[in-house]
Amino acid sequence: MSSNIVSVLYLISALLFIFALRGLSHPESSRLGNILGIIGMVIAIVTTLMFKSVLSYTEIGVAVLIGGFIGTIIALKIEMTALPQLVAAFHSLVGLAAVFVAAAAFYDPMSFNIGNVGSIFKSSLVEMSIGTFIGAVTFSGSVLAFGKLQGTISGNPIVFKFQHLINALIFLFILALIVIFVLTQLSSIFWTIVIISILLGFLVVIPIGGADMPVVISMLNSYSGWAACGIGFTLSNNLLIITGALVGASGAILSYIMSKGMNRSIISVVLGGFGGEQASVGGSDNSDKIVKQGNAEDAAYILKNADSVIIIPGYGMAVAQAQHALKEMGDLLKKENINVRYAIHPVAGRMPGHMNVLLAEANVPYEEVLELEEINHDFPVTEVSFVIGANDVTNPAAKTDKTSPIYGMPILDVEKSDSVLFVKRSLATGYSGVDNELFYRDNTTMLFGDAKKMCENIVKALR
Amino acid sequence: MDGIVSHSSDIFVIGLTVFFLACIIGYYVVWSVTPALHSPLMSVTNAISSVIIVGAILAAGPGGYGVSKIFGMIGVILATVNIFGGFIVTYRMLSMFKKKPKTKKEEQ
Repeated sequence: MSSNIVSVLYLISALLFIFALRGLSHPESSRLGNILGIIGMVIAIVTTLMFKSVLSYTEIGVAVLIGGFIGTIIALKIEMTALPQLVAAFHSLVGLAAVFVAAAAFYDPMSFNIGNVGSIFKSSLVEMSIGTFIGAVTFSGSVLAFGKLQGTISGNPIVFKFQHLINALIFLFILALIVIFVLTQLSSIFWTIVIISILLGFLVVIPIGGADMPVVISMLNSYSGWAACGIGFTLSNNLLIITGALVGASGAILSYIMSKGMNRSIISVVLGGFGGEQASVGGSDNSDKIVKQGNAEDAAYILKNADSVIIIPGYGMAVAQAQHALKEMGDLLKKENINVRYAIHPVAGRMPGHMNVLLAEANVPYEEVLELEEINHDFPVTEVSFVIGANDVTNPAAKTDKTSPIYGMPILDVEKSDSVLFVKRSLATGYSGVDNELFYRDNTTMLFGDAKKMCENIVKALR
Repeated sequence: MDGIVSHSSDIFVIGLTVFFLACIIGYYVVWSVTPALHSPLMSVTNAISSVIIVGAILAAGPGGYGVSKIFGMIGVILATVNIFGGFIVTYRMLSMFKKKPKTKKEEQ
C-alpha cells in the first residue's frame, strides 16, 4: 500500500474516533458512536497489518486472541459498581503498552524508520523517552488507583514529610536521565527512566484518596492519552497523535469538571492529603445536639404523603448496591402519583458519571436523572429530599461557613425542601471530615442502616 | 545527515500542527458530552487510546525473534485487552441508557 493510502485510512479512523466521542452528546446517538469507534479501530488495525514489514500474522493473531479473550471476559463479567476499578486497570494497560512500544522502537528503530540502533534520531529519542515517562507514570499510578478503589490497599490519603519536594526532585532526576539518554542512547538509562517513572507514578497517587478519586481517575485517563501522543510523535503517526490528544483533552476536561464540583483547584487535589487527620479539626462537638431518628415505616409514611420527592444518591448507594431497591421504591411512589426525580452531584461516586450508570443499570429512565444545575432550583418546591449514601454534597456549610474546608463547593440545596430523609450508616462525617448541620434540623429524619436494606424495608412498608 | 535532520524536523512540525488541532477538536467535542455519559466517555477514550496497538503491530511485525518483537507482542496483548474490554464495557453501559417504555404513571 502506498503511504498516501495509509495516511488516508488513518485519517478516516481518526475521524471515526472523533464521531465516537461526539455521539456521547446524547444517550440516543451514543450507541452509534460506539460502533463508529469500533469501525475506526478495525480500520486502523487492518491498515497496519497491510504494511510490507508486517509478516508474522500468526504471532500477532495469537496475541490478539489472547488479549481479546481476556478483555471480553472481563468486560462481560464486571459488575457496574466495580466500574471505577476497571477503568483504572484499563488505564494502567495503556500506560504499560506505551512503555513496551517505546522499548520496541528503541531496540528496533529500523522497523519504525527512526534511524539505526545506536544512531536513532535525537528528536525521536526525546519523543520516545517522554512517551515512556508518561506511560510508566500512568501505569503505576493506575495500578495504585485500582488498589485503592478495589480496597486492596487503604483508600485513605497517605501523606509524609517532604512528599512534594521528593516528587519534584524525582521529576528533575528523570529530566536529567532523559538528557543523558538522548546523548548516549544507552539501554541501561532507558530502563532506569522506566523504573524511576514507575516509582513517581506511585508517589503521585499515594496522597490522594477517597472522594478525590474521580479527579485521579480522570487525570490518569488524560495521562494515558498523552502517553499515546508521545508514542505517536516517536513513530510520526498522526493517528496516534490525534487520538492521544482527544483522550488527553477528554481526561483533562473531566478532571477540571470534577475539581470544580468540589470547588478545589486541580493543583490542590493533586497535592493531596485532603480529609484525613487535619480535617477533623473543624468538627465541633455535636454530642449535645438532638437527632431525630426514624425507621423504614416512618420514612414510608413521609414519602407517601408527599407530592414530589427528589432522591440524592451518593457513593454509599454504590457501596451498598442499593440502586435496584431504590428504583423499586421510586416506582411505588410514582404509582401514588408522586413526582420522583433524581439529583446527581458532579462528584457523586468514585468516577465521573458513576451514579448515572448505576441508576441506568437499575432501569431508571435517564429523563428522571438530573444534574445539579438542572434541578437545584426545584428544591424549594419539593416536599421530600431522600438522601441516600451522600453527605458532603448536601452540606449547607459549603454556602455559609467560610471556615469550612468545603466552603464554596456547589451543593444540592436539599435544606430548602420541606423535609429531608437521610439514609446513612451512622452520624459519621463525610469524606471531608466536616459535620453536617442538616442532621440536627427539625425537619430532618435520620434513617440509620445499610442503604439497600433500608430501601427494601421502605418498599415493604409502602406495599 | 543534514537532509535527515531537516526531514525529521519537518515531520515533527507537521505532528505538532496535528497535535494542537486535535486538542482543540477534543476540547469542543468533550464539552458537548452530556454529564450523564461521563463514565462511558472514560471507557470509550480508554478503548480508543489503545490505538497504540498500531505501534505494537509494527514492532511485532518483522520475521524472526528479537527483543523488540517480544515487546511488540506484549504490547499487542495489552492493547487488545483494552480494545475489547473498553468497547464492550462501553456498549454494556450505553445499552442501559436506552429509552425506557413509559410506565403507567401520568405526568403532571
